[in-house]
Amino acid sequence: MNIETMETHSFDVLVLGSGGAGLRAAVEAASEGGVSVAVIGKSLLGKAHTVMAEGGAAASIGNLDAPDSWQTHFYDTMKSGHYINNYRTVEVFAKEAPSRVLELEQWGAVFDRTPEGLIMQRAFGGHSFRRLAHIGDRTGMELLRTLQYKAISMDIKVFQEVTVTRLLMDGSRIAGAMGYYRSDGHFVLFKAKAIVLATGGWGKLYKVTSNSWESTGDGAAMAYRIGADLKDMEMVQFHPTGMVWPPGVAGLLVTEGVRGEGGLLYNSEKERFMVRYDPERQELSTRDVVARSIFKEVQAGRGTPHGGAWLDISHKKADFIKQKLPGMYEQFLTLGDIDITKQPFEVAPTCHYQMGGVQAQAETCATTIPGLFAAGEVACGLHGANRLGGNSLADILVFGRRAGIAARDYAGALKSDVTIDESVVEAEVARVLEPFNRPDGENPYAIHEELQAVMSAHAAIVRSEDDLKVGLGKVLALQERGRRMGTSGSRVYNPGWHAVFDVENMLMLSELIIRGALERKESRGGHWRSDFPDELPEMGKWNFVHQYSADGDRVQRVPVPEMPPVLAEICARPVAPGRESAAGTSQVPPRKG
Amino acid sequence: MAEEFVLSIFRGDAEGGEEVEYHVPRIEGMVVLDAVHHVQAHDAQDLAVRWNCKAAHCGSCSAEINGMPKLMCKTRLDEYQGETVHIQPMRTFPIIKDLVTDVSWNYEVAKKIPAFNPGVAAPFHMQQWDVDRIQEFHHCIECFLCQDVCHVLRDHHEQDEYYGPRFMVKMAEFEMHPMDRADRIPQIKNEGGIGLCNVTKCCTTVCPQHIHITDNAIIPLKERVADRYYDPIRNFFRKLGGKDENAKQETPT
Repeated sequence: MNIETMETHSFDVLVLGSGGAGLRAAVEAASEGGVSVAVIGKSLLGKAHTVMAEGGAAASIGNLDAPDSWQTHFYDTMKSGHYINNYRTVEVFAKEAPSRVLELEQWGAVFDRTPEGLIMQRAFGGHSFRRLAHIGDRTGMELLRTLQYKAISMDIKVFQEVTVTRLLMDGSRIAGAMGYYRSDGHFVLFKAKAIVLATGGWGKLYKVTSNSWESTGDGAAMAYRIGADLKDMEMVQFHPTGMVWPPGVAGLLVTEGVRGEGGLLYNSEKERFMVRYDPERQELSTRDVVARSIFKEVQAGRGTPHGGAWLDISHKKADFIKQKLPGMYEQFLTLGDIDITKQPFEVAPTCHYQMGGVQAQAETCATTIPGLFAAGEVACGLHGANRLGGNSLADILVFGRRAGIAARDYAGALKSDVTIDESVVEAEVARVLEPFNRPDGENPYAIHEELQAVMSAHAAIVRSEDDLKVGLGKVLALQERGRRMGTSGSRVYNPGWHAVFDVENMLMLSELIIRGALERKESRGGHWRSDFPDELPEMGKWNFVHQYSADGDRVQRVPVPEMPPVLAEICARPVAPGRESAAGTSQVPPRKG
Repeated sequence: MAEEFVLSIFRGDAEGGEEVEYHVPRIEGMVVLDAVHHVQAHDAQDLAVRWNCKAAHCGSCSAEINGMPKLMCKTRLDEYQGETVHIQPMRTFPIIKDLVTDVSWNYEVAKKIPAFNPGVAAPFHMQQWDVDRIQEFHHCIECFLCQDVCHVLRDHHEQDEYYGPRFMVKMAEFEMHPMDRADRIPQIKNEGGIGLCNVTKCCTTVCPQHIHITDNAIIPLKERVADRYYDPIRNFFRKLGGKDENAKQETPT
């Protein structure tokens, strides 16, 4: 293919990913004019995985609990992340989240209201105060739709259903990306001075997952291949409550909002087991603890008929449940034949979120590649070893905006245009078309299914050295077979062809997860090693960073950044800031006014 | 209970095509989308289908199942016990391939709707009952099933005259927002073409989010258009007083 005839676009700022982080970045990059901005999405606009977020966006607005503050949000987030988070990222996040949520209201999002007419906030696991601004149980959809309509009202070019297969460099800096239109398979080249990576996570590498098909880790894998550092890859979040039955819907998310609104967990002996595992926070403990507790109950023979725990909110009034959790009510009624206002239902852990990802600076979201910025789930630094519910929606707002600013400034400061090596483009075209030369090659769907089985068996909620090593061998063998994936049919909307590149990316990231998990010889947050069951202070000093090399993955340990005294003092407190008076007396914090 | 389901899926493109039969083993609780995925993985890798979340949040997997516009992820196969399940793409939009259609017209319409325009800075003071009725419209997942079934678009092809139910809901969402200050009535009447809707409620019937599109969005907007343009008494006073009594109030009621 001749690069001269290839469809080519040039932008100052190119955003990869049309979810919440990507759209928020694009809106910011375009907000001052004079900078050309484009967003590329693998799906249609407004369909990104952000729509699956249910519970809310965490921000210490304090509409219900006045003592809440950024310090408390900082304290909770560091504690939940088991202190391997980048403290500066957390500080920026906790300070800016309230403004970002209010901004959404300004742009048309309609949050549920308090009796005083302000944004309603709900309790969630690991948050010291009622903190999650929400709209029933469909907060992510509201957030995405608001940003979508904001973006299309601005001068932002949107490319829908375009798969990007490769990031392009100009020397050591970023220069663009290339890919193809899914609808007809024709190639497209993007030249860009700055790129914001907002491509989300890779939950699709597990069999039981709450993630949508898009979560195949394309951005992280592409960034890794051009030399960006990836960090904390072993940190995978399993959400404690996914649907279990019927099997057709296994893994589908049951929002933490059910517990936030008062839902209780029971084992088969009708015992509220969370009281035993976390007497203080009980059902509203952090996700790593609740998921592990459910897992342990099932292991101990106290699971439900289909291997989970009972979640029950039927003690609340039916009208209340239908108003606060309408999506859950409908989901169980139509897909599971269960009326959650009348009966308990089965839940079990489901792969939900990646705390690890592309290492990004706190203030600018800059990665280790000049001109490449990362925001949202693909980025790493905020969540540490375990993400708090509600922190991801706030994350994409805070760091989507910051990545947009930084990319805009970076592009504006560049004097010269980028140059792209034509031979790289030609080689990529040949590589992307290769699967058509192997109509009888390996079936990408089959490889994906096998990969999910391997990851679920060897690198999921519980891990051990022996198991991980066996898993690594299997993943490497699958990578070998993956080189022979083939497809048939034409380039017109051909999901079998598209799947080849998704699976390639997942095969690569699976290896990094296992290698990271082997290095972290302790249990911390979402990473639970049966052979090292304790959290070890020595290991808490390190993050594990992955670098691509021709000879394979290089894992290095780098020190966790040390907090300045003023922040260390906050983390060292025996109780969360603002909760001093409530400590030991009541679960429910005092109401404002 | 049968051990397998029989699916008859449209295969083809703008040049034409036909239904092809596939057999899929039965799994308890499976939805139509699961069966389509099974076909993709085992029988037809290149079978084109859009989907994202498989949880009825994203509105990607719209199709016509035994003639009814539905989300494939929300339609249980056991509803069709003993029947062949015919799956066709949405008919109102140009086909790309198999079950995937070109829905780009909807995104063009979306761009014509002026952004939310509040008169004041957030935080807003709004009571829950101020926002209850617009929150219903925010449930929309943009699956475009209402656009697919709307006879103005489907049978009369008046895409240039009428925005369709989805965008009446969107206009209603902004128009009824207590803080919005834009005057949207002329657009709703003229370019939006609300008069073309003759209230057959097909859109409401197929809405997977159970939005009362006709009753709660379109009819109230029709009333506002009628008040503005066709109420002789109001017109008389408007001319007399020289002011527009439809202008929004400064504070939410």
